[in-house]
Amino acid sequence: MKTHDVAIIGAGPAGMAAAIEATRNGLSTIILDENPAPGGQIYRSIETVPDQRAALLGPEYVSGRSLAADFRACSAEYVAAATVWNIDAGLQIHYSIAGKGSAQVTAGSLIIATGAIERPTPMPGWTLPGVTTAGALQVLLKAQGAINDDVVLVGSGPLLYLVADQMLKAGNAPRAIVETVPSGQLLKAARHLPKALKAFSYLRKGLSMMRRLSKAGVPVYGDASSIVVEGTNKVEAVRFLSKGKQHRIETTGVGLHQGVIPNQQITRLLGCEHHWHESQQCFVPALDDRFETSVEGVFVAGDGAGIGGAVSAVLRGRLVAMRIAEKNGRDTRLEQRAIQVQLAQDAAVRPFLETLYAPSPENIVPADDVMVCRCEEISAGQIRHAVDLGAPGPNQVKSYLRCGMGPCQGRMCGTTVATIIAEHRQKDIKEIDYYRIRPPLKPLALSELASIESEPTRHTPL
Amino acid sequence: MFKRVMTEIRNPIHIEFEGQTITVEKGETVAAALMLAGHGKFRESSVTREDRGPFCLMGVCFECLVEIDGTPNRQACMTLAEDGMKIRVQKAAFEEATR
Repeated sequence: MKTHDVAIIGAGPAGMAAAIEATRNGLSTIILDENPAPGGQIYRSIETVPDQRAALLGPEYVSGRSLAADFRACSAEYVAAATVWNIDAGLQIHYSIAGKGSAQVTAGSLIIATGAIERPTPMPGWTLPGVTTAGALQVLLKAQGAINDDVVLVGSGPLLYLVADQMLKAGNAPRAIVETVPSGQLLKAARHLPKALKAFSYLRKGLSMMRRLSKAGVPVYGDASSIVVEGTNKVEAVRFLSKGKQHRIETTGVGLHQGVIPNQQITRLLGCEHHWHESQQCFVPALDDRFETSVEGVFVAGDGAGIGGAVSAVLRGRLVAMRIAEKNGRDTRLEQRAIQVQLAQDAAVRPFLETLYAPSPENIVPADDVMVCRCEEISAGQIRHAVDLGAPGPNQVKSYLRCGMGPCQGRMCGTTVATIIAEHRQKDIKEIDYYRIRPPLKPLALSELASIESEPTRHTPL
Repeated sequence: MFKRVMTEIRNPIHIEFEGQTITVEKGETVAAALMLAGHGKFRESSVTREDRGPFCLMGVCFECLVEIDGTPNRQACMTLAEDGMKIRVQKAAFEEATR
């Protein structure tokens, strides 16, 4: 089996930057990525996007081109379409290549750069065909130049405005933006504004997007609540209250968004410690100041370490690679300090954004009749009932209800389930914790398992 | 409805969905190809057999599971369309067992 100094999982901004930095420091590096090309979600299709489409996606997106080019030029072994399905305690990584066969690799250090997922947004009707995440709309635009010409964007967060702005530039503005940010929220966020001014470019970009959308006449319904997606076999309308008034917009498409949260599957699988990030309202792995987890040699770079965005993801990737180089006997401490200064600067806008775009309470703690586990079709009420019967945490709720045992393995319900239990038991969510994640991380054909070269069979009893 | 903007099909390949032939761009995911062809229903939910379709398009939610060339549980958003692929709506498991 092949052994490398560093294995990186995920070829988004953090993974690519880590690979460049690790190889620059002479570390033998392998990088495994689930997608057919590098870029992750933020720079999806960055190597193949036509110029016209790149222009409408904006300069921040286009900046990924040079990163991807540097990544291709570095000496890291890059494996595309590789789905990691297990990592054991000895940092032996099992991955499946395009679903056609498995391979293994071991590493001295592991960098988890698997980024973020969209925060689950349970609400009535969110399982209807035609409802996607806002991020999904952006994936289609980046990769295929595909756009939905009939869509209402619903939720909270900078991505909603970014997607709307990109759709507008593509000549197909959304029907409306239904924003769940309460009226008084800007005032609450304002105390973080002086700090946020240190990262003024983000604020300027946000304001200019909002101006363009308003000038184009895209209606924005603020302070929205009691949101329901209506339809029988597909989306027909969105109904909601905005500033006390009932509205109903007929549409065949809905894009939901309540921010993004770290993808915890691998850090949970490895038994890394996690804590609850109050401001980001999600679990994040416990990390030291150089992004090493509680498991020695296992690092997290990018949004998986807590949401920081693409610029921070690159910086974190580089920092982690430098730290591993230091552990391998190369003095990179000065460079590391310089990166940490830049990271602090880039993070200055976060408290403001996190307060202003705090997720909507009705999505965080949904009503009894709202479906929470989409795979096994378990409602919030059933979860509360299981708690009343004595299930103290997510793993017990799972065995009562099969909640989190479907194909997504809890990715779409885990955070909501933990939050509902914490609220219902009136306990600290840290104490409630999360599902125990086990391999395989993604479904695997038995034929693939069977074809793995095994250790010689032991014939003598242990 | 999903449509292509500022682009058209340059390298056409053909896939089949529920017996209907669809022309798609080479290198496109199965999910994108079906959505662009106007399809919203990809599978039936396993408990109540509700219609479901792609939700996250980044491999997380497993809502876009389809049957491709006889193999069920394929993530349409993570699978690139290949010429001649035969794709079917994924039925609920109990129906599959009695088919």
